[in-house]
Amino acid sequence: MYNQPSPLEVPVLTRRFRLPNSHKIDTYLANEGYQAFEKAIGMSQDDIINEVKASGLRGRGGAGFPTGMKWSFVPRQSPKPKYIIVNGDESEPGTCKDRLLMEFDPHQLIEGILIAGLAVGAHQGYIYIRGEFRYLIEHMDRAIDEAYARGYLGDNILGRGIKFHLATHSGAGAYECGEESALLESFEGKRGNPRIRPPFPAVAGAYSCPTVLNNVETYCAVPSIILKGAAYFAGLGSPKNGGTRLFCLSGHVNKPGVYELPMGFNLMRLINEVGGGVRGGKKLKAVIPGGSSCPVLKADECDLNLDFDTVAAAKSMLGSGGVVVMDEDTCMVKAALRIMRFYAHESCGWCIPCREGTTWLRKVLQRFHDGQGVKSDIVLIGDLSRNMLGRTFCPLGDAAAMPTIAFVEKFRDEFEAHLDGKPCPYEKKLVAA
Amino acid sequence: MTFSPELEARFAKFLAKYPEDRKRSATIPMLIYAQDEIGSVTPELVAEVAKRVGSTPLQVEEVVGFYSMLHKGKGMGKYHVQVCTNISCLLRGGAELYEQASQKLHLGHKQVSADGFVSLEEVECMGACSWAPAVQINYDFYHDVTPEQLDKLLSGLMAGKKPEEIAEVKKVSC
Repeated sequence: MYNQPSPLEVPVLTRRFRLPNSHKIDTYLANEGYQAFEKAIGMSQDDIINEVKASGLRGRGGAGFPTGMKWSFVPRQSPKPKYIIVNGDESEPGTCKDRLLMEFDPHQLIEGILIAGLAVGAHQGYIYIRGEFRYLIEHMDRAIDEAYARGYLGDNILGRGIKFHLATHSGAGAYECGEESALLESFEGKRGNPRIRPPFPAVAGAYSCPTVLNNVETYCAVPSIILKGAAYFAGLGSPKNGGTRLFCLSGHVNKPGVYELPMGFNLMRLINEVGGGVRGGKKLKAVIPGGSSCPVLKADECDLNLDFDTVAAAKSMLGSGGVVVMDEDTCMVKAALRIMRFYAHESCGWCIPCREGTTWLRKVLQRFHDGQGVKSDIVLIGDLSRNMLGRTFCPLGDAAAMPTIAFVEKFRDEFEAHLDGKPCPYEKKLVAA
Repeated sequence: MTFSPELEARFAKFLAKYPEDRKRSATIPMLIYAQDEIGSVTPELVAEVAKRVGSTPLQVEEVVGFYSMLHKGKGMGKYHVQVCTNISCLLRGGAELYEQASQKLHLGHKQVSADGFVSLEEVECMGACSWAPAVQINYDFYHDVTPEQLDKLLSGLMAGKKPEEIAEVKKVSC
């Protein structure tokens, strides 16, 4: 692992990470590996899906949709083949967990995929991995080869008459392909533009066939749920938010890192007790709780529990678990600008409000940060953002608009401090320091 | 168009992954691995991939334009230095690292050195946020990069060394 563990962690998905050769199938088999799959073979499809439903597992990619319910939407009888697709396109700024799950415990992911295959009656799976993670594509390929060699993948798995094949699939650089319908387009060899829904992937996904599409971490939670039971998993978290979560702590903390903590863990405790507090003894200014598309929280809003519902009640989102901590010297205009530069770069151009909105917002925020803004720009930023909300095929438009609105509303004083040709007050402070 | 036996073997493996009438799925994996071998996505490569997956060259061409890692023309340098300046890296000095690299290499965003050995790109989040600031050279990750480490990496590259020969700074290994 790349960071030291915290004593506050509850290792479930990461429980094998620090074993020697944690990525090898022998290590996996010696530590409860593939036992959940064998148990699932003896269960009915409904039993598996009901167990996942009862566990309270919700999608770890960002939306937090109940996983068992998603699986139940796949039609049981279908003349078409069914597919299991894994979203390993991890690219939400602030998020670096799926990488670790694939690197340190690839067989846990394979086992989760196999169980999903049993649950919906699919015989083929693909792991879509972002192109930048080349080393992981090759790493997963080796793990898949091991699983084939040991009879956990193939035409007659473990001699039990079960057929399942699995392969990796490389992306080539596009944040948009983390959105499920764009990912499917990309998987089919096309531009990563989103599809209009309905139909949802459960009915018409890969090659227009019924498809289960979940995030890497979501599949990785499944073996523990099946092996140890829904009640065990649900009990780890908070109400309606089962299990643990890999929180990616980054920014101005003393001990950034990826930490597995129960759902509902307190954000201030994450920063201070797990992360060792704000770096340099500085004051906390703001936190992005779940990746760059989640509205920023002011320091006085950070005493909250990190589960989907509590963070939503605070008008932000738990998102992908990327917790970005910003200290008192951080310029909020600069943070908003950098995030908007990202969305303007990554907008696929399919929907005009997103394509034009992100570009205009990038220009206005750049002008503002350069000290060339005027007071009406503050209103303009809000207007542009609100005109994107809910007006695009996929959530990228909202992902760009929501944090921008929050930055302007919560830190209006900082925007005003940049007005009328003044240089950025924080840049000056940094230079002086 | 001819490729190395290794790449041909890889292509065969890619094409075997997808259902018989769905070979178009191999388009992006084929393009990116072929680019690694020949340096960029050339019109000949586009035509060749189209032929092998059963698409038209135009269908492949439109894919090439979408993905940030696919490069047309002469492509990027033999060693492509990518510095992340997105939010988590920004907070820990990523933008300063990019400026440092730009000044030292005398290269701007997506520019390639005259000898084609080194190129530079300011990239979006590469998924190393908790170990920021992060740099990637080709597919190798460098975590928690300091200005001194970056200087050593760049000096080595400018002297014609491969990154693995620059002993002082180690990539993240898997």
